[in-house]
Amino acid sequence: MSQRVKFYQTGTFTVGNRLLDADQRTVQATRERNNSLTSGHRACQGCGEALGARYAVDAAMRAADNRLVAVNATGCLEVFSTPYPESSWQLPWLHSLFGNAPAVAAGVAAALRAKGDTRTRVLAQGGDGGTVDIGFGCLSGMFDRNDDVLYICYDNEAYMNTGVQRSARTPAAARTATTPAVGEHPGNVMGQGKNPALIAMAHEIPYVATASVADLHDLEAKVTRAMGMGGARYIHIHVPCPLGWGSRPCDTIMLARLAVESGLFPLYEAEHGEVVDVTPIRRRVPVEDYLRPQKRFAHLFRGEGQAETLAAIQATADRNIRRFGLVPEEVS
Amino acid sequence: MEHPFAISLDVGSSLANHTGNWRTERPVYLDRLPPCNNACPAGENIQSWLHRAEEGDYEGAWRVLIADNPFPAVHGRVCYHPCEDACNRGQIDETVSIHAVERFLGDEALKRGWTIEPGPDTGKKVLVIGAGPSGLSAAYHLRRLGHAVTVREAGPMAGGMLRFGIPKYRLPRDVLDGEIARIAAMGVEFVFESKVEDIPAEMETGGFDAVFVAVGAHLAKRTTIPAREAGKILDAVSVLRDMETGDPPKLGRRVVVYGGGNTAIDVARTAKRLGASEALIVYRRTREQMPAHDFEVREALEEGVLINWLQTIKQIDATTFTVEKMRIDESGWPQPTGEFETIEADTLVLALGQNVDTGFLESVPGVAIAKDGVVEVDAHMMTGRPGLFAGGDMVPAERTVTVAVGHGKKAARNIDAWLAGGTYDPPPKHELADFDLLNAWYYTDADQSVQPQLDIARRASTFGEVVGGLDETTALFEARRCLSCGNCFECDNCYGVCPDNSVIKLGPGNRFEFNYDFCKGCGLCVAECPCGAIKMVPETT
Repeated sequence: MSQRVKFYQTGTFTVGNRLLDADQRTVQATRERNNSLTSGHRACQGCGEALGARYAVDAAMRAADNRLVAVNATGCLEVFSTPYPESSWQLPWLHSLFGNAPAVAAGVAAALRAKGDTRTRVLAQGGDGGTVDIGFGCLSGMFDRNDDVLYICYDNEAYMNTGVQRSARTPAAARTATTPAVGEHPGNVMGQGKNPALIAMAHEIPYVATASVADLHDLEAKVTRAMGMGGARYIHIHVPCPLGWGSRPCDTIMLARLAVESGLFPLYEAEHGEVVDVTPIRRRVPVEDYLRPQKRFAHLFRGEGQAETLAAIQATADRNIRRFGLVPEEVS
Repeated sequence: MEHPFAISLDVGSSLANHTGNWRTERPVYLDRLPPCNNACPAGENIQSWLHRAEEGDYEGAWRVLIADNPFPAVHGRVCYHPCEDACNRGQIDETVSIHAVERFLGDEALKRGWTIEPGPDTGKKVLVIGAGPSGLSAAYHLRRLGHAVTVREAGPMAGGMLRFGIPKYRLPRDVLDGEIARIAAMGVEFVFESKVEDIPAEMETGGFDAVFVAVGAHLAKRTTIPAREAGKILDAVSVLRDMETGDPPKLGRRVVVYGGGNTAIDVARTAKRLGASEALIVYRRTREQMPAHDFEVREALEEGVLINWLQTIKQIDATTFTVEKMRIDESGWPQPTGEFETIEADTLVLALGQNVDTGFLESVPGVAIAKDGVVEVDAHMMTGRPGLFAGGDMVPAERTVTVAVGHGKKAARNIDAWLAGGTYDPPPKHELADFDLLNAWYYTDADQSVQPQLDIARRASTFGEVVGGLDETTALFEARRCLSCGNCFECDNCYGVCPDNSVIKLGPGNRFEFNYDFCKGCGLCVAECPCGAIKMVPETT
């Protein structure tokens, strides 16, 4: 998000700022925020997903005037927030199965319509496993029918809740329980995986966006924008996982930021299948800066290292930068 | 309660689950010492007054500033700002132009006529000897503490080296007069052209409970140069003093200044303005070794002042000066080379530093004079004689205006404590807010604001102020470049980034609190705090 304000020490990079006009501050900066995912949840220290979920759902709650129903896929987010009979959710919340959240959400939207409720909005959410692997058929169907649901995927790049197994979002070379760091090409296989935001765009639904817990202003703006539209909408949020990534809990936001700044996680918005805006990289960094603090990539730097793999990951970042025009001067 | 089919428990909230017991370390808010404050010889709370200036509360900012230094308009012009050398922003782009904001606040105060109230009367009387920056600062702080103050000054006007050592083109006299008048308006009594010769007797007759001496260092150091026929030789301090007291000194067309300090530069630039066609500084070492500040050297060179580095004056024959070239040896000392040159000049001005006139103190019992002629004081600025304090250029320290003003404050606090029968113990300093404690990512890119400068042509012929001030918009912008190192500026980052909602926002001006019932001790707030105002400490139990 470009700097639109007169210089205020930190501008809009921080969550709030006493010198900013109230409408330039985030929902998270207000004392009135809903805290949709409240304290006492059992997420690990420094959990990016807990943070991303509160950021996104609070913004959606404000946009929906607090008339919002959430449907949750199975996964960390569901398990750590709602051990029966306790719940951390401060909004109507449903959980059914691992893979059917988009279908359940479509049903909730249909039920509200049948009741003549035109004000209450529906949000569905899940991790990358429930969204990109297990629930993908249901998600594609929801997009196909253009159901009036905002689906949010919190992407921590593996099945963390069950012990860090590979998902279709696990990046190349990352070590997981099912892609051990052994052999000639340790870690997850290069050249596999899915890009759900691009697949969602291929459905030509009204709105698709990627966001990161490292850029709250951008994230809230995208949720608010999505909530201002009808039909099927999809937001993919990058949420680092200290447990699965082998990173320090205090580094969660730093890693999310480095993913964006290296070009590995491009931030963009698309309407009806076309990219309409990208968030430019502010200070470009090599992918190594992002990979090095994570133990799941430790084998890339051990001994003689894996120069070839590193170069391939860097090439992926470079391609993203070129493809989305993330560094303005590199756009021809 | 009736439960639906297959439901056996009531709905509960996770608020019952106090995750705070996971913690092995806890975050705590703290104020760290910003490097600027740490570096300020006057002990200004720079970050704090910039914080108010950022909001546009200029009077509030000024009031925080003058709690430590009564001369913001003066210091914004003449202080060599060690604060800016220490400023962490220098590691991001350029340092905050602290002096420019200080000057803006000082000028704003003079323009708007903001005044300062003296403290409630204590019934104690203090004599201040010397109306230079140190004496004026002591008088001001003593008055704020409620003591009656009389300032005795041997010269005809207040200001000391501010008036008689710093030329007008760096410090316009209306600014100096304005800030001194504000101190006088607090009820400080000034007695001019009244030299104190016998301190114990003056204390007795005047009924003073304590004395602060700050007479400065005014005796020009001399050097011996063989002269066949002596030309006109002056000393820098008298030249600058004569500029203020009536007749401008007659320096001739060609002036040589001997020395490499700020005073040498000031005299050469003054000579230029008085119409000298040639103002040449002769200094025995290199430019890098000059004690003069680089920006002053640069401004002097811009104005056409010539500098001969690595030369000493060996002989004078009327208007002909024989100089010897020098070289620097391995240990950095200048050594003669045996190569000679001659230069022509009408006047030689010696700018070789000054000594303290301690004559009137030597007879006071208990007062010790160090070998190099300065007066010895203890950690409380007190001499060997109880109740007699000293500061400024006459005690061992770096000789700058700001150090002198700092001495005045420190002495005033110690005198105040001594008068009450105790000693002043400054509160312990906070830990330093080093650059590596900041998260610089969050600060917006913003280049330093540039102060306007007078045209070179006008600088050659007039004593108009060389460096201009910032206007309100640029001063505000500059204040907002402050990183607020080590001190919360309520950016809401900790409140936002906590995955456990364990930060309680207390509202504008009241900062934040941790809710330790739920804080898991992940440390995200510490990592993402831009200014380093939170730290992790181990849990004790």
